[in-house]
Amino acid sequence: MIAPRLVVPRLAMQSLRNRALTASLTVLAIAFSVMLLLGVEKVRTGARQSFADTISGTDLIVGARSGSIQLLLYSVFRIGNATNNVTWKSYADVAKRPEVAWIVPLSLGDSHHGFRVLGTTPDYFEHYKYRHGQTLKLASGAPFRDLFDAVIGADVAQALGYHVGDPIVVAHGTGSVSFVEHVDKPFRVSGILAKTGTPVDRTVHVSLEAIEAIHVDWQSGIPMPGQSISADEVRNMHLEPKAITAALVGLKSKLATFKLQRAINEYSQEPLSALIPGAALQELWGLVGTAETALSVVSAMVVATALLGMVTMILTTLNERRREMAILRSVGARPGTILGLLATEAGLLTLAGVLLGVVLLYAALGLLQPWIDRNYGLHLDIDPPTQREWLTLLTIVVAGFLAGLLPAMRAYRLSLADGMTVRT
Amino acid sequence: MQRIATDAVVPDVVRMSGIRFRWPGARTFSLSIDDFALPRGQRVLLVGPSGAGKSTFLSLLCGIVAPSAGRLDVLGTDVTRLSNAARDRFRAEHFGIIFQMFNLLPYGSILDNVLLPLSFARARRARAAAKGSAEAEARRLLDSLGLDATELDGHSAANLSVGQQQRVAAARALIGGPELIVADEPTSALDRDRQLAFLDLLFAEADAAGASVIMVSHEQELGSLFDRVLRLDEIAVSERRAAA
Repeated sequence: MIAPRLVVPRLAMQSLRNRALTASLTVLAIAFSVMLLLGVEKVRTGARQSFADTISGTDLIVGARSGSIQLLLYSVFRIGNATNNVTWKSYADVAKRPEVAWIVPLSLGDSHHGFRVLGTTPDYFEHYKYRHGQTLKLASGAPFRDLFDAVIGADVAQALGYHVGDPIVVAHGTGSVSFVEHVDKPFRVSGILAKTGTPVDRTVHVSLEAIEAIHVDWQSGIPMPGQSISADEVRNMHLEPKAITAALVGLKSKLATFKLQRAINEYSQEPLSALIPGAALQELWGLVGTAETALSVVSAMVVATALLGMVTMILTTLNERRREMAILRSVGARPGTILGLLATEAGLLTLAGVLLGVVLLYAALGLLQPWIDRNYGLHLDIDPPTQREWLTLLTIVVAGFLAGLLPAMRAYRLSLADGMTVRT
Repeated sequence: MQRIATDAVVPDVVRMSGIRFRWPGARTFSLSIDDFALPRGQRVLLVGPSGAGKSTFLSLLCGIVAPSAGRLDVLGTDVTRLSNAARDRFRAEHFGIIFQMFNLLPYGSILDNVLLPLSFARARRARAAAKGSAEAEARRLLDSLGLDATELDGHSAANLSVGQQQRVAAARALIGGPELIVADEPTSALDRDRQLAFLDLLFAEADAAGASVIMVSHEQELGSLFDRVLRLDEIAVSERRAAA
């Protein structure tokens, strides 16, 4: 039994099926644009989350006088280089202050196959925290005990195939290809850290003394000619560092944060900077916000282009559908019905495109998430769309429906002007 | 011509008086009809050369376009006084329309094409359903118009020959028993034998339903099948001015 009432929607669906190829291409174009729009949003929030998760529990970061973003990037994210070092005396002065609960020195500048080498103290493994206060855990081996022990991050171990006990040679400088290596003082992998999803995974950790030891016979960045101190000799030397790159500071009370920050910034013996990680991150977002906005605008324009393509598709079929309109009018369809049919068609195409786009995005996320994590250190959460994202999707569907009114209005006018004449 | 009845006995289905119409926009074609009446149950052939305003006349008659002045009574209702939406509903209920060609939605099934007007006309839907079901009535009409509905079930309308398409269109015009069948050169694409056969079947069904038929054509030879043959220029004045 055919319900007469359903004939019109069924015919509309059949009309759409009749144009299945163009219709599905239109849906696909909308789907890809929606995927791009949501994908940009996912990467944006994912990147922010990754950055925010990298440092937790640290109240102040102290380094040589520089912009806070630069200090944050090189001390925590291993991006860029320090302009200057902090002398050991200044470090000791900060450490002595009553507000300080703990302080961990960081010494950067060397690398191993493109991975940064970080000289620090065993305290680092206790006080450095990431993602809601998690501490670093060893997947295998032990923290450094010997002078030439190294603890490597998960990515370093995986990329270079290292196991506990393997020897490694540290290179001077931070390039991925280095010509000056500390061949005379090889290290031994004593421990491998569990994966954290932070730059720690891509870092080789050694003791602060080891950094001093491998540079003991160096001057101004090159080995001193004719002077070579062997690895065994260096063990008996007094290896107090002359300078470090930066320091992580934990306070007894957060209330003292601003007071200590001011004190460090006004330290008279040496130009120093102290930054509050959260505030510096906010500053960073402010800086990259423009680029993010640009990306969002571009993907919004791609969505607009896809909708425009749909309108074009409907408009081009309109001429051949004038006959359809005249027939519908002749059996008593109101112009409003024809307007509604076309606008609904556009709305349905957009809805299908949006739904397909969401499905494609999550499929792509599911497939690519481990790869992105591995290659870019960017952890993208597979969460359901946020309220904001739902709202965006709804806006797109409404925009598609409204865009469909454009050809619908034209069809309406044509159907009025055609009267009883059926055109081919 | 013995079927002609006097106006006094049978009321008019259509009565037009003082109609003035001009196409909107750049088109400069205008049509005036001072007086025209179609008695109930009559079959009228309206002839005229192409461009004489036959399609415009039908558009006015069916209420697809509205005249700027005059009175158009159909079944006792002054259609010109109806709102646009009411006029569309009125057309759906009381008119069965057959075009010259391309009557069907090509992607739709034959049955859906026949049932289409019932979506817009409640009374016709009820009348068709009263004969069993709307679908059964559609099949009966197709059958009596010489189409085997079951054989055509799997086909979409696009697969039919022109003659078959016109029969489906006739079934669509007849379903639910509208009072007035309006046909715009429905047979012009058929050869003479098929023309006559088609009109015979159409008229038999129209008679059975008590419907009046008004058909326009440029072929006067068909006139013998009709109660009355009118020339368009006898009832209407058309004017085509060069664009200013």
